[in-house]
Amino acid sequence: MSSNAAPTRRLNTAKAMVEAIAREMERDEDVCVMGEDVGAYGGIFSSTTGLLERFGPQRVMDTPISETGFIGAAIGAATEGMRPIVELMFVDFFGVCMDQIYNHMAKIHYESGGNVKVPLVLTTAVGGGYSDGAQHSQCLWGTFAHLPGLKVVVPSNPADAAGLMTAAIRDDNPVVFMFHKGVQGLPWMAKNRRSIGPVPEGEHVVPIGKAAVAREGRDVSIVTLSLSVHHALDVAEELAAEGVDVEVLDLRSLVPLDTEAILATVAKTGRLVIVDEDYQSFGLSGEIAARIVEHDPGLLTVPIQRVANPDVPIPYARALEYAALPTPARIKAAVLKAVAR
Amino acid sequence: MEQTVQRDLYQQMVLIRAYEEAILREYHADKKPVFDIGAGLIPGEMHLSAGQEPVAAGVCAHSIPGDSVTATHRPHHFALAHGVDMKAMTAEIFGRVDGLGRGRGGHMHLFDPMTKFSCSGIVGEGLPVAVGQALAFSRRGTGNVAIAVAGEGAANQGAFHEALNLAAVWKLPVLFVIEDNDWGISVPRSAATSVPSNATRAQAYGIPGVRVEDNAVEAVYAAAGSAVERARNGGGPTLLEVHTLRLWGHFEGDAQGYRDDLEQVPGRDPIPGYEQHLRSAGVLDDAAVARIRGAAVELVEQAIDFAKSSPEPDPSTVGNYVFAQA
Repeated sequence: MSSNAAPTRRLNTAKAMVEAIAREMERDEDVCVMGEDVGAYGGIFSSTTGLLERFGPQRVMDTPISETGFIGAAIGAATEGMRPIVELMFVDFFGVCMDQIYNHMAKIHYESGGNVKVPLVLTTAVGGGYSDGAQHSQCLWGTFAHLPGLKVVVPSNPADAAGLMTAAIRDDNPVVFMFHKGVQGLPWMAKNRRSIGPVPEGEHVVPIGKAAVAREGRDVSIVTLSLSVHHALDVAEELAAEGVDVEVLDLRSLVPLDTEAILATVAKTGRLVIVDEDYQSFGLSGEIAARIVEHDPGLLTVPIQRVANPDVPIPYARALEYAALPTPARIKAAVLKAVAR
Repeated sequence: MEQTVQRDLYQQMVLIRAYEEAILREYHADKKPVFDIGAGLIPGEMHLSAGQEPVAAGVCAHSIPGDSVTATHRPHHFALAHGVDMKAMTAEIFGRVDGLGRGRGGHMHLFDPMTKFSCSGIVGEGLPVAVGQALAFSRRGTGNVAIAVAGEGAANQGAFHEALNLAAVWKLPVLFVIEDNDWGISVPRSAATSVPSNATRAQAYGIPGVRVEDNAVEAVYAAAGSAVERARNGGGPTLLEVHTLRLWGHFEGDAQGYRDDLEQVPGRDPIPGYEQHLRSAGVLDDAAVARIRGAAVELVEQAIDFAKSSPEPDPSTVGNYVFAQA
């Protein structure tokens, strides 16, 4: 960090998230937290640690294992002017409550002609890499982004987790806040080294819908998000030594998608690798490709490379799971193919 | 029961019936000779509430400003009884810019923040939402109650059971109202529901359950009154089931060939019976009945005229209101 930057501390992503929530709870008494094990446990992935002790059970509410019930209740509380942060423990559990999310939360503002707002944050843990199998390892951000009416944010690092959480709580729309378990900095899971990082002191807001250039480069662009940003940065560092200058774009949100930033990096390098831990087909990687081609197919000098889940359920066995994940090795191979090396 | 209350209940039911008759007329006006669900001034599915007026009138007689209602795909009776602006609601049903949702919702998706009314086309969807509204009322100590309406078919949805459990665990001011009209579209209650009364199911959640038979508006009024008072005083939720009547089809265009009780249906219409009761009790006479009916029709026709005169939405605005702007 440069010496004149805002004062920062080093926090893990989970602590940065919690700090942002706590600050907003101090600022606005309508902000409350509800979900499974968000109280005494502090969130299975440490997304609410310490909030119960600080704000009490009226504002930090453990719920029954009843996602339709409590996510529906969060919608009702939000339409009454509260600003709930409601946690879906694993995104994979959306199957039991998608009606409330897709048919209600996402549509009320539109169906009401803008007369009813639903200011809530749906936090949810995503991602695999630790053998949790097909029902506890998905990303599914493409599924949520496909549905009009939901903003979808996917932070990759502690500072963005704090800044995007603050923005999400203050947003008058339902915001799905998808945090990757691999960047939370959990003591009981292999940590990505960048899951602990500098976070500005005091209020920190990252506007939703602005991608970040995580690394500048000239030769090839990796457009990615969440944990894969770190794999991309690792690959970029490795390839720098081999004379390949990689630019890494961290999308930070799917809805809104920062199309301008995507076009800018592709215009700069002419070569694109899309890295997406979600399923490959009918999802984010295809959407990115379509937006580029719709704008100007001539921006690309070589075909797009996609590194995504190859449309398989997430397997259990380590060797199989890592064959499905967008590993640094797969990313590196795709980059080398893009630069024809 | 006080005569003024009786007259109000009757008047509310007559207003609802006049409304549904007018919507019925307008809905079918330009769907002849061949029925095309997408044609005419009012396109789409149309679920009318004739016969179920006693439930809405009896329950909403107890709602006060700040109380909420989450209703079903058959929402008009509760919307009117809860005080939703009839003109804006009608304009929405006609898909016009002056509608509650500026033409984006339609008859199953009426949202009125002024009266905290909402409804949904998904069976059981509004029940958990009412729990959250009640949570907000409870936290703010407003003394308000969330009224959650569903059909007897919805009591077999997971959302029903999750909402009852959550409201009971958190002891929230919710009145769950089940309108048992005997039919889940074409499937009789007996083939779909394991118990004769959903009031029984309330016991499973440790909350009071009451069933009102005979579509009797005064009995609904009394039962709802106790439940609402209990909720306002911090006593928690109640489940109230009313055995009501679907006077017409599930939706317009439903020939009801499956319905073995069809011949008896007109004779079970709750309004003539209640009117006769009030005449016998000296609460109503010919003049009062004519006056109430005339006033209802006049209000309804004004709303219909308003809706028809409201412009259709500009197609270029299709993308507006997906998101709230900062």
